[in-house]
Amino acid sequence: MSTAPAITRPRRRTPWPELGMVAFLVAFPYAIPYLGGTIDTANRILDWGLFGLGFDLLFGFTGLLSFGQAAFFGAGGFVASYLLTAPVTDNVLLALLAGTVAAAIFGAIVGYLSLRRAGIYFAMLTLAFGEMFYFLDISPLARWTGGENGLAGVPTPHLGLGFHLNTPLGVYAFIAVLFFFGFWFALRLIHSPFGAVLRAIRDNGERTAAVGHAVAKYKLAVFVIAAAYGGLAGGLLGLLQGFMPPDAFYLETSGQLVVQTVIGGAGTLIGPMVGAAVWLDLYTVLQNIAGVGALWQMILGVIFVVLVTVFRRGLCGGAVLLWRRATAVPPPPEAAAESAMRSEPAVSAPEPRAPIVRPPLTGPVVLATRNLTKRYGGLTAVDDVSFELREGEVRAVIGPNGAGKSTFFNMLANVIPPSAGTIEFKGDDITGLGATRVCQLGIAKSFQINQIFVSLTVRENLRIPAIARTYGSFHPSMLKTVGDDAAVNARIAEAAAAVQLTDRLDTPAAALAYGEKRRLEIGLALATQPQVLLLDEPTAGMSPAERADTVRLLKRIGAGMTIVIVEHDMDVVFGLADCITVLFNGRKIAEGTPEAIQANPEVRVAYLGSQAAHEPA
Amino acid sequence: MFNGLTLGALLVIVAMGLTIIFGALGVVNFAHGALYAVGAYAGFVAYEYTGSFVAAMAAGAAFLMLVGIVIERGLIRLYYQRPKEDQILVTFGVGIVLVEGLRAIFGGLNRNLPAPSWAGGIVNLRVTLYPTYRIDVLAIVGLSLVLLYFILYRTRLGLIVRAGIEDQLMVNILGINVTRTFMTVFGLGAMAAGFAGVINAPIVTVSPDMGADVLVQSFVVIVIGGVGSFWGAVVGGLIAGEILSLAAMIEPAYSQVALFAVMALVLILRPQGLFGVQGRQ
Repeated sequence: MSTAPAITRPRRRTPWPELGMVAFLVAFPYAIPYLGGTIDTANRILDWGLFGLGFDLLFGFTGLLSFGQAAFFGAGGFVASYLLTAPVTDNVLLALLAGTVAAAIFGAIVGYLSLRRAGIYFAMLTLAFGEMFYFLDISPLARWTGGENGLAGVPTPHLGLGFHLNTPLGVYAFIAVLFFFGFWFALRLIHSPFGAVLRAIRDNGERTAAVGHAVAKYKLAVFVIAAAYGGLAGGLLGLLQGFMPPDAFYLETSGQLVVQTVIGGAGTLIGPMVGAAVWLDLYTVLQNIAGVGALWQMILGVIFVVLVTVFRRGLCGGAVLLWRRATAVPPPPEAAAESAMRSEPAVSAPEPRAPIVRPPLTGPVVLATRNLTKRYGGLTAVDDVSFELREGEVRAVIGPNGAGKSTFFNMLANVIPPSAGTIEFKGDDITGLGATRVCQLGIAKSFQINQIFVSLTVRENLRIPAIARTYGSFHPSMLKTVGDDAAVNARIAEAAAAVQLTDRLDTPAAALAYGEKRRLEIGLALATQPQVLLLDEPTAGMSPAERADTVRLLKRIGAGMTIVIVEHDMDVVFGLADCITVLFNGRKIAEGTPEAIQANPEVRVAYLGSQAAHEPA
Repeated sequence: MFNGLTLGALLVIVAMGLTIIFGALGVVNFAHGALYAVGAYAGFVAYEYTGSFVAAMAAGAAFLMLVGIVIERGLIRLYYQRPKEDQILVTFGVGIVLVEGLRAIFGGLNRNLPAPSWAGGIVNLRVTLYPTYRIDVLAIVGLSLVLLYFILYRTRLGLIVRAGIEDQLMVNILGINVTRTFMTVFGLGAMAAGFAGVINAPIVTVSPDMGADVLVQSFVVIVIGGVGSFWGAVVGGLIAGEILSLAAMIEPAYSQVALFAVMALVLILRPQGLFGVQGRQ
């Protein structure tokens, strides 16, 4: 191994965010009078901030925009308040816990239904379900929730043993401790393997599924977590007001949360709290200006629209960006990147120049299709194709445009289901398992059009498939620091070395050169440590020099690995493949060694048209 | 039964506006409820000045067309290349500004727009006595739907909108003059919402927040019917209207909840909606 990976050493994260938060929480009640607020304002800011922590995990980190969070805020609040006012219990912590759990359960139900549709539908559905909770609250459940009157007489927090926190500062201390716990957990979560997968989902959900993660489970899990945060914050609202209002369930509550998060900055954890401070502060300030008081929500709306349009990162996101720009090391000049790429031939120089002579393939069949067919209406894209792939074989699938290569390939990777026929992996029928489970079994695909996680660095990109291989398709490890995980790091290092991106590990994927992006694309598939690697036009869009480099790279990777490659470039095909399958009009017309295929008259007809066949060669 | 039909007919118009905007522009308009409220107020103002309900309808529709075009040209067009989430956020923000603007101008008090004189009174339908205006609403909505159907299925613009619902990317590739199309479609969608606001104004009270429920209900209509289908919006709207009014007759407390329960059922059994096509997001 000439490319020694010097990057496996885990880097411990200094707990600066935690320490900073403690300092802030201690100073905040003493600072707030100078900002024109009271301790009660501080309590509200922290409560909304806690509510927003969960929402930020959902929206800022996973990209799921929910307009129904009020449902959980209200549910948690009313369950806790009911338990304390009925009274079922006088234990405040128990009541809060019950409210949180109830909100999480509702979250599981609403999440299950809403996540059945992605994107815009998700926003619409959460909004609709949020309204449903409001209507449930004001009439059918009014016996318990007080309907439109809410629940009055919620006691101030007390911890037993005569500790009554009935001063504003006492309530503040209570909320601050819970807020800190919530902040600590969210922080651990975003640095955990679980959090890494969430970010990948935000960037590219389909690819996250393709490298072996059960995306739906992750989404549901984070939805439940966000609901639990909402429930806890809702319970605290009742405690700090002494009254649980029905407007916790209002559509406006969900809207306020969204607006605050965007103003403060999504994806920063503290953004929602900062947004809440802006919201409450603006309210207080504008109330005191004659003639403007009634307009305060409109002014806020205008600010919101302007922020979304020109400053999408919000206040905290903007601050982070400025700080990074100020402290960033200037990026290496273009030449450095160029030379990094040019150094590849040197790395691969020791390899034999002559084509690798492989022993005849007698290994067991790993991947096979039986009578695989795909019809789109009247068009049969793939027609009755059977093929067998032996262990260690490099197989190329070629054919003119429209021959059905991509369709066939996508069926192999279980991206699209076949109309008829079966796919077998090591003798087991894997037809219809879906890309995620197939990837977990050991079949990985690299895409024709780059599907990398553009907002992550190269290391973070490779981490996603490495986590899938290390932890399986779903693993709720939320407290582990993923950067310290030796098994994951080893897999990242191995994949990075294989695609020669070791010295680019901390570069954002978006900043890579095209050829490097292409290699990262292959690296993502490789980092799942597949037994069968499916490469869809790995050299698409590359310059001739890059193609040659890639062929060398694939040869090295291909030693000992089973590969199916779809490719238009015949130099690449004949340079790599042990065996070639030719598709034409959806049918398999030939199969054999590169030499046999070159000599096959039928293949010539397919490529050159029927006229060519009649002309003397 | 007839109440449901009237309510359903209105929802059809509102949902149709949402659907064509989404179909052609790919934008889910969270300001749709606010546009509905603005329409009601526009109609209210026009009625105050002219005393004519027909003028109110015309003014409401025309003004909302204008508002829609201004919003599209001023803001939404900046968002076509941005993530769906940003589009939702900005339309949501526009909705806040519009509603709060109404509150600032007209105050938070409810207003009433009387039913037009030619549609006052009550009709004896043998089975039930029924306010004439509600029947007129059915006629008006029916006519507007026929008009919309004509626009969508018999004009070039409609062809583009329907093609956009099928395949957004392809329409963009084909080099259609998107600027004018998008502007017109957003204007038409806003007009549909505003028009519904005016004709519903005599039935409900006019207030700045009147659009919130309608927005939610029209989302439910789209989820039930399936985006991208004229008939999906029609059938979804009528189903939603019937559920709301029938459930209200049996047990008023559950009428809204029943609507969401049906939506949940559709999601479980047929996630793409009754008329939706599988796999289209």
